[in-house]
Amino acid sequence: MSGNAASASAGEYGGIADREGALAKLLIAPAVVYIAAMIGAPLVLAILYSLSNATTGDPGLRLVGLRNYREALSDPVFRLALRNTFVFTIVSQTIVVVLSRILATALLKNFRGKWLVRFLILLPWTAPISLGTIGWLWMYDSIFSPIDWVFRYVGLLGTKNALFGFQTNMYWLGIPGLSMASVIMVQAWRILPLATVIQLAGLSSIPKDLLEAAEVDGATPWRRTLMITIPLTLPITSIAFLFGVVFTFTDLVVVYVLTRGGPVHTTQVLSSWTFFKGIEAGDLAQGAAISLFMFPVLAVVAIFILRMARRTEVV
Amino acid sequence: MGRVEIHAITKLFGDVRAVDHVDLSTNEGEFLVLLGPSGCGKTTLLRMIAGIETPTSGDIVIDGRVVTNLPPRTRNIAMVFQSYALYPHMTVYKNIAFPLRARGMDEESVRKKVEWAAGMFKIGRLLDRKPRQLSGGERQRVALARAMVREPSVFLLDEPLSNLDALLRASAREELRQFQRRVGVTTVYVTHDQVEAMGLGDRIVVMSQGKVRQVGTPLDIYQWPADTFVATFVGSPPMNLLEQGDLLLGFRPETFLPADAVEGSEGIVTYPFEVTYLEYLGAERLVYGNVGEKSHARHVVARLPGSMNLPIEAGKTYPFAVARRDLRRFDRKSGLALPGGTA
Repeated sequence: MSGNAASASAGEYGGIADREGALAKLLIAPAVVYIAAMIGAPLVLAILYSLSNATTGDPGLRLVGLRNYREALSDPVFRLALRNTFVFTIVSQTIVVVLSRILATALLKNFRGKWLVRFLILLPWTAPISLGTIGWLWMYDSIFSPIDWVFRYVGLLGTKNALFGFQTNMYWLGIPGLSMASVIMVQAWRILPLATVIQLAGLSSIPKDLLEAAEVDGATPWRRTLMITIPLTLPITSIAFLFGVVFTFTDLVVVYVLTRGGPVHTTQVLSSWTFFKGIEAGDLAQGAAISLFMFPVLAVVAIFILRMARRTEVV
Repeated sequence: MGRVEIHAITKLFGDVRAVDHVDLSTNEGEFLVLLGPSGCGKTTLLRMIAGIETPTSGDIVIDGRVVTNLPPRTRNIAMVFQSYALYPHMTVYKNIAFPLRARGMDEESVRKKVEWAAGMFKIGRLLDRKPRQLSGGERQRVALARAMVREPSVFLLDEPLSNLDALLRASAREELRQFQRRVGVTTVYVTHDQVEAMGLGDRIVVMSQGKVRQVGTPLDIYQWPADTFVATFVGSPPMNLLEQGDLLLGFRPETFLPADAVEGSEGIVTYPFEVTYLEYLGAERLVYGNVGEKSHARHVVARLPGSMNLPIEAGKTYPFAVARRDLRRFDRKSGLALPGGTA
């Protein structure tokens, strides 16, 4: 194209490469098509399904109004799953933000074997998540759990006055409450690498001058963290948090592999409940309605991410 | 209050001697300029006085107290960074209030002090702005206000004018000097710009490769350089150096003039000056050329005032001369100035 433009006498007939408006449209087109096909179409389909009585056996569209939403709201399992989703997401991501900040601060320093530590921290992110979660399934095994084994060895478990009781095992995934804590820990473990990398980028972007100026201005290390480091990294920390929220809110792998929502739905989350209802039980319409309850939350989160991203640009 | 003493300070970065056995002390209320080319260790020395950098050996004493291993906040010093290092997320008010709040001052006193400092630097109307909404000159004033607000006993400045354009720099230099005279705080100022150093300093410390080459008033440094480094680093164009046996003869370009124009009660030294190149700079004329026998060091520059309308052409030889009292002698091997000076 540019060859043609060059050969035309003194650019009399500019090729498309010279017409910025047309070129911009051409270059953005694949992204628009991709978003329309991969996100727009399924979203429209989900909305239509949620208003119909489609099943996996009969996916035809016969509209029934808001019946599926009413049914979902009156279902106690749905309400429990909705509550669990918020607990699962907010608790795990709060843990992630705190731990990733600590890790990133440590990784900013120079020490021997730093690359190894960085590699090990990034490892959970690179491994297939189902594989990692299966590993955790074994860690949490009701009989052979290595965690229990360590607890017994150090005397926290299995004797009369032990901190965690006289029984020989914790039953990590079998006791309501404890099972939620277990899935939250695995989710936090899984998101931690990404959050750490984002935080590391944020921390290393603070000019050294600023921290030195604060030091000369008489600020204690604690005050420097509170008044300089945290405010300056707040936008990027928020982005790390919100990304984690999106990943966690919509994810079902950890819950599906570890507990399948059990015991008695105490770890059921919206995404797993959608899957069980819509795919395993075959009620596509119900599944679509349940999954669409996530939409407003995710839309709000997305708006926040975009606003935060703008703030990082300005500062 | 406000006396800094530096005893045998050395700073190593790996194998590099950034600062090499430096002894130095300021007088009270003095404006001391650390001058040297980039990488000479002047900023490292300043950062050690501030406490951001710890010396490898030696001691720093401020107001009679050894502070070598104390953190910056215990030293009662203030520093202005080259980048100004304003806190971007805080308003100008909060920036200036930061050092006060760090000391736990109550809000009423903080407000009074901030307003006082803002008034001093005429930035009262900027207090609600963020640093990114300020011009370069305004940022520099905010940085100065932040440094001055808690009335430190020593004021450290790291090339604070280098981010300003030429016009603003000249006026900022003048203001800075007047301000320092008014408050009388001992000031250590780092720069690589000899014009700044000459214009601002009560005394100048010339540094090179981590070592102090000379300490003296601007006049001393210019007229009586301690060695050939100082002679050629200070002054533009630098001092001319001519080989003469084991000696180097030095003279400033403005003292090398057509023989008729030179008068000296102690006599003059005349050279045939073979002109190779001329530069007309308005207020002055720079004349480049060679003198004397063919040797390595015979290239010299003469600086003639613009008012001297003598016709000079490249390719011709003219009798030029230096007054004997303007000649300086240096040892050729060590580069050190020889006592007696004049030849």
